[in-house]
Amino acid sequence: MPAVAKQKLAELKRDATEDRLAAMSLPEGAGWAAEARGAALARVREMGLPHPRDEYWKFTRPETLTRAEAPKAALFDGGEPHLFHERDRLHLVFRDGVLDMTASDALTLDGIEIERLSDAMAKDIHWARDVYGVLETNGQNPVQRPLAALNTAYASDGVVIRVTGKPAKPVCLTYLHESEDSDAILHHVVRVEEGAEMTLLETGPAAARFNKVMEVDVADNATFHHVRAQGRDHERRAVTGTFARLGSESTFKSFTMTVNGVLTRNECVIELTGDDAVAHVAGACVGDGDDFHHDDTVFVTHDAVNCESRQVFKKVLRNGATGVFQGKILVKEGAQKTDGYQISQSLLLDDDSQFLAKPELEIYADDVACSHGSTSGAIDETALFYLRSRGVPTAQATDLLVLAFLAEALEEIEDESIAEEMVERLSGWLERRAA
Amino acid sequence: MLQINNLHVKLEEEDKQILKGVDLTVEAGKVHAIMGPNGSGKSTLSYVLSGREGYEVTDGSVSLEGEDVLELEPEERAALGIFLAFQYPIEIPGVGNMTFLRTALNAQRKAKGQEEMSAADFLKLIREKAKDLKIDADMLKRPVNVGFSGGEKKRNEILQMAVLEPKMCILDETDSGLDVDAMKLVADGVNALRSEGRGFLVITHYQRLLDHIVPDVVHIMADGRIVKTGGPELALEVEKNGYGDILAEVA
Repeated sequence: MPAVAKQKLAELKRDATEDRLAAMSLPEGAGWAAEARGAALARVREMGLPHPRDEYWKFTRPETLTRAEAPKAALFDGGEPHLFHERDRLHLVFRDGVLDMTASDALTLDGIEIERLSDAMAKDIHWARDVYGVLETNGQNPVQRPLAALNTAYASDGVVIRVTGKPAKPVCLTYLHESEDSDAILHHVVRVEEGAEMTLLETGPAAARFNKVMEVDVADNATFHHVRAQGRDHERRAVTGTFARLGSESTFKSFTMTVNGVLTRNECVIELTGDDAVAHVAGACVGDGDDFHHDDTVFVTHDAVNCESRQVFKKVLRNGATGVFQGKILVKEGAQKTDGYQISQSLLLDDDSQFLAKPELEIYADDVACSHGSTSGAIDETALFYLRSRGVPTAQATDLLVLAFLAEALEEIEDESIAEEMVERLSGWLERRAA
Repeated sequence: MLQINNLHVKLEEEDKQILKGVDLTVEAGKVHAIMGPNGSGKSTLSYVLSGREGYEVTDGSVSLEGEDVLELEPEERAALGIFLAFQYPIEIPGVGNMTFLRTALNAQRKAKGQEEMSAADFLKLIREKAKDLKIDADMLKRPVNVGFSGGEKKRNEILQMAVLEPKMCILDETDSGLDVDAMKLVADGVNALRSEGRGFLVITHYQRLLDHIVPDVVHIMADGRIVKTGGPELALEVEKNGYGDILAEVA
């Protein structure tokens, strides 16, 4: 880009950013929290909010995520309880991005300390200080993620979780969307201490527009499992950022199911900093209609020896839906014996739908095994005929093949009963859509 | 049961006439065999009966118990009672064999206005049928036909037939790729299904399958037509002398 154009773009971005910031106010607070928020705000100003000319926003238009006013999103009643409702869990309910203490369980569970973000921020000395905004800041280089910095500055609610043992049940965050023009910014912080482990579940659309950041610090030998479903509201928009740091011999596994939602951008930034760590991030997405746009942007950095990472993303797109995958594996110098795998695939159910993929590998070590693949395909007509010849109607046969296509991503869910629940719910959704 | 009249079919893509006037009637309770050299149109006939795309019927008719078959979608033909055991069964990664069978059975029951079978009843049914065909729990659990040997795939076809209980079974070269033991197992499965209300059309290139599934009627097909019809002895004649003599005789 010529220097003049570059300057012009910078001005445009600065103006747009100031417009957005002028419409917001920093939550009150002092001490470390105010410091973290102030620093984040400075980062937002420095970077500017995303613009379609930015390298990692070429496939996804950021305007509705960056502009001051959140576009309205009609409420949706699927006529069924949220996922995970029958599970033994510590349940927290957020209404349009605000924790509803009366609808939630008490914040006590053996093996973890869990607090509301605002309570943690009110304390002069708190462990979350070493994580809040810190992993997000680490994740800004080499690719900028200004909406995550915006989140760190303005987050109005969230939870901070410190895992010291092995809690008997998962923590489940249910995000209700109850107002057509809600604009929610949530920020969660998780620290899994050495040898500890936890499962975090998230379900629901959260708001008309949702900006969520979750920072997860996984210490040596610790394990973090994460499974989320982003609700079924058709018009909701969401930008989420997951920032994880992994110590040696630790495990991080995250799976996301996205059905509907007019715009979703899920970023995941993982840094393997200790030897022998394992990070898996996966997603299954079903999109219908030409206003559906789903974007997975993943960045995995190997900065230790003998670590394994897997990225498995599957998207089913129909009636003009768009899917985006931008995934990178960066292997730093000295990160020998790295095992990095990345697959992104789309099943296009018609000619109008599209899948845009940008797989990247950048490797500075010489003894590694890294592979990536990306495919787009139509439904297997032979398999479809086989099913139909056994009496299965076309729509139902298509659903079966759709589920089969998504299976590889769903298999990334560690807990079999959770995986089963996901598959069951998903097949129900597919079936009803066809009816 | 199955009535085929003057059936003319061409390949849509190549504009090539494959069937040139097939006349055939399979009565309920009977096993008809169709033999013929490669390229005679045997497999095309089976695909056209099951409703596979890519074929254009230019003339003639097909009916099952008086009902016009050619107007129906493949799933409607299945619900009507037509079943094709594929020469090359399709692999479907990600779809469990049990799920596949149960979905198919319940879809057909639904189409017939019957209630869906409960998971428990289905499990009982499938265990019983699978046992006869020496299909173990592992094969039922695995994705449809994925990683199955040739014999396992064919046994799986017969299992589907046993579970779905069609009226009209069409077996397309079911003996291909089978060793003697596997062929016997498959034939036993088929024979167990022989009944008064069910018709069979067994398509095969070789006579050996007909040692195990003894037909009532044997047809010889050549160049898109049935050129000769007889009893089981006709199959033995083919085995002994090949197709050459018969074709010369009818030419």
